[in-house]
Amino acid sequence: MSAAPAALDRDGLSALVAVLVADGRTVVGPTVRDGAIVLSELDSADALPYGWGVELEAGRYRLVPREDGAAFAHSAGPQSWKNFLHPSRERLWSADRTAEGEVTFTAHEPAAPAYAFLGVRPCDLRAIAIQDRVLIGGRYEDTGYGTRRRGALLIAAECTEPGATCFCISTGGGPAADPGYDLALTEVVDEDGHRFLVRVGSEEGARLLERVPHHGADLATEATARASVDAARDRMGRSLPPVDLRSLMGASLDAERWNDVAERCLTCGNCTMVCPTCFCTTTEEVTDLTGDHTERWQRWDSCFDLDFSYLHGGSVRRSPRSRYRQWLTHKLSTWHDQFDTTGCVGCGRCIAWCPVGIDITEEVAALDAERGTESD
Amino acid sequence: MTAVPVPHRVVARRAETADTVTLRFEPVGSALPDFLPGQFAMVHSFGRGEIPVSVSSVQATGGLAHTVRSVGAVSDGLCAARVGDVVGIRGPYGTSWESARARGRDVVIVAGGIGFAPLRPLILAVLAEPAAYRSVNVLIGARTPSDLIARAEVASWATAYTGVTVDQPEVDWRGDVGVVTELLGRAQFEPEETTAYVCGPEPMIRATSRELAHLGVPRDRIQVSLERNMRCATGHCGHCQLGPLLVCRAGPVVDWTCAEPLLSVREL
Repeated sequence: MSAAPAALDRDGLSALVAVLVADGRTVVGPTVRDGAIVLSELDSADALPYGWGVELEAGRYRLVPREDGAAFAHSAGPQSWKNFLHPSRERLWSADRTAEGEVTFTAHEPAAPAYAFLGVRPCDLRAIAIQDRVLIGGRYEDTGYGTRRRGALLIAAECTEPGATCFCISTGGGPAADPGYDLALTEVVDEDGHRFLVRVGSEEGARLLERVPHHGADLATEATARASVDAARDRMGRSLPPVDLRSLMGASLDAERWNDVAERCLTCGNCTMVCPTCFCTTTEEVTDLTGDHTERWQRWDSCFDLDFSYLHGGSVRRSPRSRYRQWLTHKLSTWHDQFDTTGCVGCGRCIAWCPVGIDITEEVAALDAERGTESD
Repeated sequence: MTAVPVPHRVVARRAETADTVTLRFEPVGSALPDFLPGQFAMVHSFGRGEIPVSVSSVQATGGLAHTVRSVGAVSDGLCAARVGDVVGIRGPYGTSWESARARGRDVVIVAGGIGFAPLRPLILAVLAEPAAYRSVNVLIGARTPSDLIARAEVASWATAYTGVTVDQPEVDWRGDVGVVTELLGRAQFEPEETTAYVCGPEPMIRATSRELAHLGVPRDRIQVSLERNMRCATGHCGHCQLGPLLVCRAGPVVDWTCAEPLLSVREL
């Protein structure tokens, strides 16, 4: 898709959402609710968080008004797209038993609205690509995820306003959208007005753009958009130590630092719930009152839960130390062994939404320092 | 395609011990693909849930069977199944015992407790071709004589050496008392020319594999079967992680080169 970039103004973006809604798509995008910028179904572009930004710190998230009226000048909120593609509860199959004792099993057709995701940050675009590898990239496919994913249209919004908890550069990413989107928007607000540079990433994206009023992007818009994305690279609030994280994790299994973090960690699992790549699930058996109809439900699970590693006789990972270690070493190291990619995109959600403010970048830096001390 | 269980009818049930039952199955309709010794299935107990269970018999030699010890809600339900009941099974999943690697060599098979069950189809396959191996040794350990599985069948096997030992004897026990590794001295094998298969509780796997390696059995010729919590068996639920492994697809059978560093870290 090498077509010259186009530009949309605010009315053009409204028209884009209207076309998607008219097509019967479930449009999901950022909107202000309950003191946060959440992802929710949008009826129109008016629901976008125009004029809102966020202030983030470890264990802290605050909405702040923005004078420029920008819609996408905020970093990751409490949800991610996995809430829609890999929902927290899903029925897998059901079984029925007759009076004669015969049993039939029925696969559940996955709920699969035709999603259009509006405002997918580049970090979250990478997170979707990672969940693709985990859930539909192997020998077996998660049918529900695959059905929803293949039907979803992705409209990225490049990052021009990284937060204080952001560190995507350290995980191999950046504020510009990688391929994988149908359309990529870059928001520009300056004396020439409020507009969105649009790049086309797929045939479907091109057809969609043709149906809304747009014009060729002028050179100034293109230059300003590029400059603000480039500037965002240098404005990340945090970073991981620039070392080989896989070997650091591998060398740190007996580190003293795990005891330190375990003193603070509540093992609540918030980090795994807000993480856009954490995919773990458990299953539940649900029966009706007759006892002859049973359903198999999948729901999100967390490696911080004591039951997660339960075997007859007890759990493998009993100590908080071992559970935090499992999460961090999986994210940064063993994920590569299992899925040939990192499990972290540097979105910073786990830092902001940790109730005690545990900061993944600080923990990794401490492990690196501890290794350095030992090798001296 | 969502992995949905396939109905199987219980065609035979044998109580192995006070808490362990072997169920033999026939498919009600369509059959599952053939299992290999060492592979596992997800077995469903209606209204209770699913658990991973290695096969204790495969279709190719005697029909699909699972040996289940009652240790929780699902295994309780399965142990209570009667002949004629229908149970959902999906599989086969995971890696198998690599018996081809033992051809022309001494074979040492070491089982601890219920760990005997996943090894049984391997033992049958090896004994079916006595000329293909230099020797076959079967070493079995259990907590008490009452916990020994398939004693009559074990006694009938024509091996170079079959040893049985228990941790705690009972009044009529005339056999060995002690851990299973103590039987290694009586088995007939040349360590450098041996392929070994080990299944049992994790401390037993660790002790046995270390002893075999210490005696000189190459680490990559010691195969062990690992156990972890599993919800899906298809690599998606994350529960069966052991460091870099997803045990449902990289295991359950792995060699000791792979398992040793992982089983040496506490709470990994």
